[in-house]
Amino acid sequence: MEKANFLLVGVGGQGTLTASDILANVGLQAGYDVKKSEVHGMSQRGGAVISHVRFAEKVYSPLIALGEADYLLSFELLESLRWAHFVHPKGTVLVNIQELPPVAVTSGQAEYPERETVRQELSQRARQVLFVRGLEIAQELGNARVTNTVLLGALSAFLPLAPEIWEGVILETVPERYRELNRQAFYLGREQIEQGV
Amino acid sequence: MKQLLSGNEAIAQGAFEAGVKVGTAYPGTPSTEIMERLAYYPGLRTIWAPNEKVALETGLGSAYAGVRTLVAMKHVGVNVAADPFFYGSYTGIEAGLVIISADDPGMHSSQSEQDNRNYAKFARIPFLEPANSEEARDMTVLGFAISEQFDVPVMLRSTTRISHSKSALEVDPDFLPPQPEYPPYPRNPQKYVMIPAYARQRHVVVEERLKKLEAYSDETPLNRIEWGDRQLGIIASGASYTYAREVFAGASFLKLGMPFPLPRQKVLEFAAGVEKLIVIEELDPFIEEAVRLLGVEVHGGKEVFSILGEFNPDVVRAGGQKLGLLPSREEPPPPVTLPLAPRPPVLCAGCPHRGVFYVLRRLKLIVNSDIGCYTLAVLPPLATTDTMGCMGGSISMSYGSELAGRPKRAVATIGDSTFFHSGVSALLNIAYNRGRTITIVLDNGTTAMTGHQGHPGTGRGTQGEELRSIAIEDIGRAMGLKHVYVVDPHDTHELHRVLETCLEAKDACLIVARAPCVLLPQARKQIGPPYWVDPDRCNGCGLCFSLGCPAIIKTAEGKARIDPLLCNACDLCAQVCARKAIHPGNE
Repeated sequence: MEKANFLLVGVGGQGTLTASDILANVGLQAGYDVKKSEVHGMSQRGGAVISHVRFAEKVYSPLIALGEADYLLSFELLESLRWAHFVHPKGTVLVNIQELPPVAVTSGQAEYPERETVRQELSQRARQVLFVRGLEIAQELGNARVTNTVLLGALSAFLPLAPEIWEGVILETVPERYRELNRQAFYLGREQIEQGV
Repeated sequence: MKQLLSGNEAIAQGAFEAGVKVGTAYPGTPSTEIMERLAYYPGLRTIWAPNEKVALETGLGSAYAGVRTLVAMKHVGVNVAADPFFYGSYTGIEAGLVIISADDPGMHSSQSEQDNRNYAKFARIPFLEPANSEEARDMTVLGFAISEQFDVPVMLRSTTRISHSKSALEVDPDFLPPQPEYPPYPRNPQKYVMIPAYARQRHVVVEERLKKLEAYSDETPLNRIEWGDRQLGIIASGASYTYAREVFAGASFLKLGMPFPLPRQKVLEFAAGVEKLIVIEELDPFIEEAVRLLGVEVHGGKEVFSILGEFNPDVVRAGGQKLGLLPSREEPPPPVTLPLAPRPPVLCAGCPHRGVFYVLRRLKLIVNSDIGCYTLAVLPPLATTDTMGCMGGSISMSYGSELAGRPKRAVATIGDSTFFHSGVSALLNIAYNRGRTITIVLDNGTTAMTGHQGHPGTGRGTQGEELRSIAIEDIGRAMGLKHVYVVDPHDTHELHRVLETCLEAKDACLIVARAPCVLLPQARKQIGPPYWVDPDRCNGCGLCFSLGCPAIIKTAEGKARIDPLLCNACDLCAQVCARKAIHPGNE
């Protein structure tokens, strides 16, 4: 893999930024030049969150151009549509099966898209679209907060990087008492892809 | 050891490596993490100042006293600190002083898009502009050397995209900074006491210093020519440089790391060496105008690279295509055309601000508000804010309305950190002038929006260490205010009653609406079991939806349902429900 552009999107509080930190450090450990960019502040109050991560021999721009994301890792269904125009036609989209309706929807002023609509729209734009049981696997492990690690596991199955690098970075990043939980979450996410979703 | 650091973390690392002994700041996106990070390096003192003016004056004081000092703020913070920013240029310093201005093109979290490069020129202070984290660290270190060499505060200008992007740099984990000796305190009134007679002499020094800095700007490798294809030459700095390097991969570049004062000879050499020259910079035509003043023809600048908003690779590419410098490529994929529900930031479930704005809306008062999470109350369904402009402005705005003699009453809403920032003097003004304006301080015990930093009300410092805590109601009483109330904003009935009393009062009123930010650990510990809606009693009237609480969901039948995972049991919806359909505890 010469280079790769990743867009991680979700909702404030879902662990999107921690996941992009881990991904960026994996790239660094694998020997790439890495840049990562996101915006803090108001966007954390339950708003949409977007993080750009780029690997290459030399990366200048911290931002991915439209249509240039090789991977879109979406933590939430609706958010995958909001950023779909970043995906390269040969790109891969991984969507966590989780719906977090924004206030406009919960108060009845807007509609939440059907899952099938999301799939169809994304399939027109990317080479492959996979819906991942990130939240469900995390809940089976007893902690919804490791959804982000399950999703990283799923993403890792597409990349030619040794799983040991991922495991090492994850264990370094998370607090000690959650290490084993996150290790399991990562490998369960990875297996899910390897065994076919 | 190679590490991924954000621009802000790299600035803190640079300050540590430069041997900084004092760091001062007021939190503000996108600058906050600089002082948060610097606080944990050994051998130095960091403080949260109540505002940027105090931060910079403290910083000047410690630089006068002979230790290297870092002062950090967001772009609009420099407006607050402008007074010392200007006289600091006149006096110069004894030890290095670097001032961080973190600008926010695109206004991700700001009320204006002002371009603070103009401040550097205005105050005759050199500024440096990094394009990635490694440069952010290196330029911070070098900034102290320049500051001392030329006896001038140095501004390091970051932007959101530099401050909040991470990139790799080599960090020596065992590095120990030099330990300088204290020089004698300067007894040099001609330099440090700016009475007009001395200031006139200092102005001469300032203008001479600028000429020396211009010569330095021409020599320093911070400003470098990268020859490529000579048909196109691009002058750029900061984040714009990184986009341009990818979009115009083969072109020649003049990369400016020190854009002010402009390296004139290098610009002329570069212009002579390329066929067409363009300038790519976010916001104002700061570099472009200076280049044009040299008589250099600029083939493309602000007419294609907008004065508005933040750049990205697509904006830069579109500009290049308009100029005919890039082949038109296939159109990038369009955004999804399905109607997508927006997801703006919202007040959290259980946020103590919500009750205040609910009551204010019912009373139909003019609401002059301020800067903080509660600014979100301007959006529907709360939609209760009439004005908001700058830190601390709300109280004087309401008093202005009172002086104007309008029959309808105005109320100021201001957060606790914002009150300490610049609301105190505004309240003093009302107390002194015998105004009767009502001020509500939304005291959630933290600087919430920037991520929970300390302030004088919290009595907590940059590392969370215990300091002195100052009560807002005591400040009001010390000003002689007779109507000072402390209320729980989750109790809308009590808040309503107190506000009615204040509306009758003939004197100034201060209401401290106190409950901790629901994201703070002390608040989270006290959260009870989630509330629930009795579907037999709920008739879907929508009163509770008007609170804009993310935990209240409209069911297919139009009734209310509470998401137990999101509910923080604040009781507000139960208080507003006319049918008494909402209850605490489990069904």
